[in-house]
Amino acid sequence: MALTIGIPRETAAGEKRVATVPEVVEKLIKLGFKVAVESGAGDGANCSDDAYRTVGAEIIVGAPKLWAASDIVFKVGVPTQEEVGLLREGGNLIGFIWPAQNPELMQQLAAKKATVLAIDCLPRMLSRAQKMDALTSQAGVAGYRAVIEAANAFGRFFNGQITAAGKVLPAKVFIAGAGVAGLAAIGTAAGLGAIVRANDTRAEVADQVKSLGGEFVKVEYEEEGGGGGGYAKVMSEGFQQAQREMYAKQAKEVDIIITTALIPGKPAPRLITAEMVQSMKPGSVIVDMAAERGGNCELTEPGKAVVKHGVTIVGYTDLNSRLAKQSSTLYGTNLFRLTEELCKTKDGIINVNMEDDAIRGLTVIKDGVITWPAPAPKLPAAATKPAAAKPAPAPAHGHGGGGAPTSAGKTAVIFGIAALMFLLVGAYAPAAFLGHFTVFVLACFVGYMVVWNVTPALHTPLMSVTNAISSIIAIGALVQIAPPLTEGLDRPDGWIRWLAVVGIALTAVNMFGGFAVTRRMLSMFRK
Amino acid sequence: MSASLATVAYIGAIILFILSLGGLSSPESSRRGNLYGMIGMALAVLATVFGPRVSMAGIPWIIGAMVVGGSVGLYAARKVQMTQMPELVALMHSLVGLAACLVGFANYIDPLAAQHLTSAEKGIHEIEVYLGILIGAVTFSGSLIAFGKLAGKIGGKPLLLPGRHFMNLVGLLVVIAFGWQFLHAETISAGMIALAVMTVIALLFGIHMVMAIGGADMPVVVSMLNSYSGWAAAATGFMLNNDLLIVTGALVGSSGAILSYIMCRAMNRNFISVIAGGFGSGGGKPAKKADGDAQPAGEVVSISALETAELLREAKSVIIVPGYGMAVAQAQHTVNEITQFLREKGVNVRFGIHPVAGRMPGHMNVLLAEARVPYDIVMEMDEVNADFPDTDVSMVIGANDIVNPAAQEDPTSPIAGMPVLEVWKAKTSIMMKRSMATGYAGVDNPLFYKENNRMLFGDAKKMLEEVLVALRA
Repeated sequence: MALTIGIPRETAAGEKRVATVPEVVEKLIKLGFKVAVESGAGDGANCSDDAYRTVGAEIIVGAPKLWAASDIVFKVGVPTQEEVGLLREGGNLIGFIWPAQNPELMQQLAAKKATVLAIDCLPRMLSRAQKMDALTSQAGVAGYRAVIEAANAFGRFFNGQITAAGKVLPAKVFIAGAGVAGLAAIGTAAGLGAIVRANDTRAEVADQVKSLGGEFVKVEYEEEGGGGGGYAKVMSEGFQQAQREMYAKQAKEVDIIITTALIPGKPAPRLITAEMVQSMKPGSVIVDMAAERGGNCELTEPGKAVVKHGVTIVGYTDLNSRLAKQSSTLYGTNLFRLTEELCKTKDGIINVNMEDDAIRGLTVIKDGVITWPAPAPKLPAAATKPAAAKPAPAPAHGHGGGGAPTSAGKTAVIFGIAALMFLLVGAYAPAAFLGHFTVFVLACFVGYMVVWNVTPALHTPLMSVTNAISSIIAIGALVQIAPPLTEGLDRPDGWIRWLAVVGIALTAVNMFGGFAVTRRMLSMFRK
Repeated sequence: MSASLATVAYIGAIILFILSLGGLSSPESSRRGNLYGMIGMALAVLATVFGPRVSMAGIPWIIGAMVVGGSVGLYAARKVQMTQMPELVALMHSLVGLAACLVGFANYIDPLAAQHLTSAEKGIHEIEVYLGILIGAVTFSGSLIAFGKLAGKIGGKPLLLPGRHFMNLVGLLVVIAFGWQFLHAETISAGMIALAVMTVIALLFGIHMVMAIGGADMPVVVSMLNSYSGWAAAATGFMLNNDLLIVTGALVGSSGAILSYIMCRAMNRNFISVIAGGFGSGGGKPAKKADGDAQPAGEVVSISALETAELLREAKSVIIVPGYGMAVAQAQHTVNEITQFLREKGVNVRFGIHPVAGRMPGHMNVLLAEARVPYDIVMEMDEVNADFPDTDVSMVIGANDIVNPAAQEDPTSPIAGMPVLEVWKAKTSIMMKRSMATGYAGVDNPLFYKENNRMLFGDAKKMLEEVLVALRA
């Protein structure tokens, strides 16, 4: 039987987002689910009840009724106590949970025998998981909005212009932290025409910064700051000192600072001190995207935009709600991708497959049992790559040095046979023969050495030139044609002469033809 | 000219021949190498003609024969198409083989040759004659058949007579038996019978041997016959007590042997199994195709010349892998025009050449050189294989087995372990083929079914011309 996905109205103050939008509802229904939406859930995101109704969702008035009707609840914000109370016994909940920060909530959900998938617990390193990564999609929106807020509060253009009235210098924007939000902010600010600088403790993001049109500002101190999972870690005292100096310098130069620095499970690092704010030009703007977690700037007041020392400090914590439609669409799509993974059979029934790395990481409570934190996914063993193309190592290949090395045993056998043959030759052959034999064996070796040096591209000319020089056999015919001192011998001269003449003619074909065709070929090889 | 002077001239010729082969180590030095070869040959012939063993009476005969043979040779060299090089080379091998036979017979009936020999030396000499004719005869008939197969006058399918190994063995025993009789022959005419019987058997053996070898193994056969023609010359040298012939024969013989070895390794087969024949035509292992589960899964996606041009235009790097199909279609000039066009656009175009692509070693290189493709963008398999993952488009023109991923992925495949060009690692591979038919190895090619592979069906030259027109549009 098809399950019902319930979309309640978000209850947190100022939250305008909704867990899914009509465009996505359509797709969910195609997957076989029924969708129920609480009346007014999409108002903040410009999604009317009618819009939901048109695509086939059922509109239910009142949260209690909706929660009761839903097998699976999609939420954005962390559920409140009341909402947990409304959740059906054994129901499913998908949304932001932040289990580390909300242990009590976890207990309550577990008591409900619920199955909870925390979208914030997605193993982000899995490339397959990127399509479900709501943290990324939301941070991207927030980064964009941060620049817009800054532009709004800033009294000048972002881009430099030459106008009839005079020259306008471009705004200088400094972005602290080049995570997803930071990168989105860099791209947006650069797109508006500002000069963008950015810094991050993770040196490896420098290329990404440059690719978006920003300039990477280094901290003059050697330390690597990657903390796993795409976040930074707390840095050493020496580094922080160097970093503060760098920030102080930037604060004096730039017009706008956007800070995005977060460290998981810790308060946001204090990057911008009161003195730095003071040192900024009047009319400058600071947008503190870490306001919710204490702020990267000392003077930030979370949720508000304040002016201090002539600098506007924007500490909004609801940047996503300020772009509610966009945030909701992306979030809804993330959840839809997750639903696809849960419902591979497309029959409206979910299967929380704990063998799947992505699902395992997301699932924080399964049927009332807390399964968080998930064991580290088997990475980076590249489990997603097909292991098919594992070629057997090609046989040792390389001309120039002779053949492939053979095994010691084989070599011994070859040497043994060769020794035996030489012994036989030595025992029975007359001396005159041995002289020629020596020449023959040495010539074979010379040929061996020389021919291995021939480049494979010239193998055809090699064949034709060896062909030509094998016409040396003509000498055999030449000495037979009319040797001196034949008087007194019973020699069938006529026969021999004709054999020899034919022989010479045949080899002459090779002699002249072989060299000529080689010459023709070689003259074609050009750089 | 005294005997010593002639010998010194021979030494000079030997050195020049070695330098000639050495010169082939790079295209720059190869032209000079060929010149060394010519000088060496001229030196050797002149030293012999004006040496102590040729009297003035022979000169007109020699000049006559040289003029006839030389003009035929020069005419052939001028007229031959580069795609016909394998045939020409095979035909020339047969001439060397025949000449070795003739010289052997002439030597046997010449009382001068065995004039001052002791009985042990005479025995050795007769063995040399016998062997020289044997090798010459096998080379002659084998090369003629190879020529026929390469020129398409004889079908490429291996002829597999029942009990062929047994027949060969009997032939060998008969040859040894007659050899014994030959050594103990009282008179020349008595020995002649044994010699004639042996020659006939050797000719039949040569025919049989090459008939049993399939089309894809032709590069091995051509190089093997190259080697034989060298050994025939060396055997003649022993017969005539001539070190120049011995050395030259040994050089040529080892050169051909190394080429055969390289070809065999490039097909991951051993020499004996190639000579034993059978593979290389579909006739050898037809059961393979019947395996239901061996059928590669996936869909064959075909594209048009227009789309091919689109792909090429958007590519930054392209690797072209030519095969025998390019030679058959005479498409090398069109390939070059496409290459030039793309290079002018700044596309990094290179060629990947498999050692056994075509019908003789280095066949593709010669064709591309003829079309004036610069040789420094023509790479060997090993040089280019690692670059496929960074390549946007790999284009296979008329090749099949040498780009078959089954060689690496399917241990049960008949071509398993054969080194192949890894075209499927490029972002997109384009396979130009006339149809879905299998290659000479008769093995299905999983490349056709790969997700990033596109098939461009049709005659290579016609399709490439369409691609060129689309590119220029």
